[in-house]
Amino acid sequence: MNSVRHLLIVDDNPADIGLACEALKQCAPSCQINSVEDGVEALAFLNRRGNYSSALPADLVILDLNLPKRGGLAVLAAMKASPDLRCIPVIIFSTSQLSQDVKRSYELGANCYVCKPGNLVEYFAAMKSIEQFWFGLASLPPRGEQTKQ
Amino acid sequence: MNSNEVEILLVDDSQDDIDLTLHALRAENLANRVFIARDGEEALDFLFCKGPHAERSFEKPPKLVLLDLKMPKVDGMEVLKQVKNDPRTRTIPVVLMTSSREERDMVSGYNLGVNSYLQKPVDFDQFRKMVKLIGLYWLVTNQPPLTATAAGTAKQAQ
Repeated sequence: MNSVRHLLIVDDNPADIGLACEALKQCAPSCQINSVEDGVEALAFLNRRGNYSSALPADLVILDLNLPKRGGLAVLAAMKASPDLRCIPVIIFSTSQLSQDVKRSYELGANCYVCKPGNLVEYFAAMKSIEQFWFGLASLPPRGEQTKQ
Repeated sequence: MNSNEVEILLVDDSQDDIDLTLHALRAENLANRVFIARDGEEALDFLFCKGPHAERSFEKPPKLVLLDLKMPKVDGMEVLKQVKNDPRTRTIPVVLMTSSREERDMVSGYNLGVNSYLQKPVDFDQFRKMVKLIGLYWLVTNQPPLTATAAGTAKQAQ
């Protein structure tokens, strides 16, 4: 099991990224967090292309749906179609509670769907719950599986 | 219990693990509607609404399937494969819960589309804590694919 977890947060709202980092700093101080603000950057990061050629592979991705350039569902579809990225668990973290967004996310292979809470207390609680389950309990695929050509 | 109202489908051939899981879930008031399948064949009948479960509806899937890996008749990996390969069942969250320490089982599970993969702890208290966290995460934090709106649509369609 890898001791330091690498998390990628994909969100176009810097305030939300800041909140997530703050929440995770409290419950998972050893977690290494990277963030990008649009779907094109997300796929570049995950595939370690361009500016991200030396990026560390992510163990887990928290993905917003409404993103500039390339939306969250397109990023999810690209990840789950890629043999190199398919295994990485993806948590959809979105304010949308529309049943079609939830259903489409699962159809495309999202590992779970968490509605982004509107208030601070619930936001921190959601982050803590994500951290406890995915970093404390779940077995995550080894990074070698994501880098194997 | 009406099998259309199941929140968790627990698929396990170990009576000890079933008892522990039910005890932990009920202690937390997390799930009163748990259906137990004792092998992969029974799980497939339930999920694909066939055989003794022909009266079930695809429109009312469980919120979570807790699936053991090594089981008689049909193993957990085959159940997972069939569920994730069929558009009628693909969206149902499936968590593999296994005593296997084989990394290749975990990688195969994620490649087949499992929603999460957990190793069963041998310690009784750790097992109970694990089930509690699973229940909290998948029944409270997570948004299942069939929301109230979709459930309304499904009801109308019946």
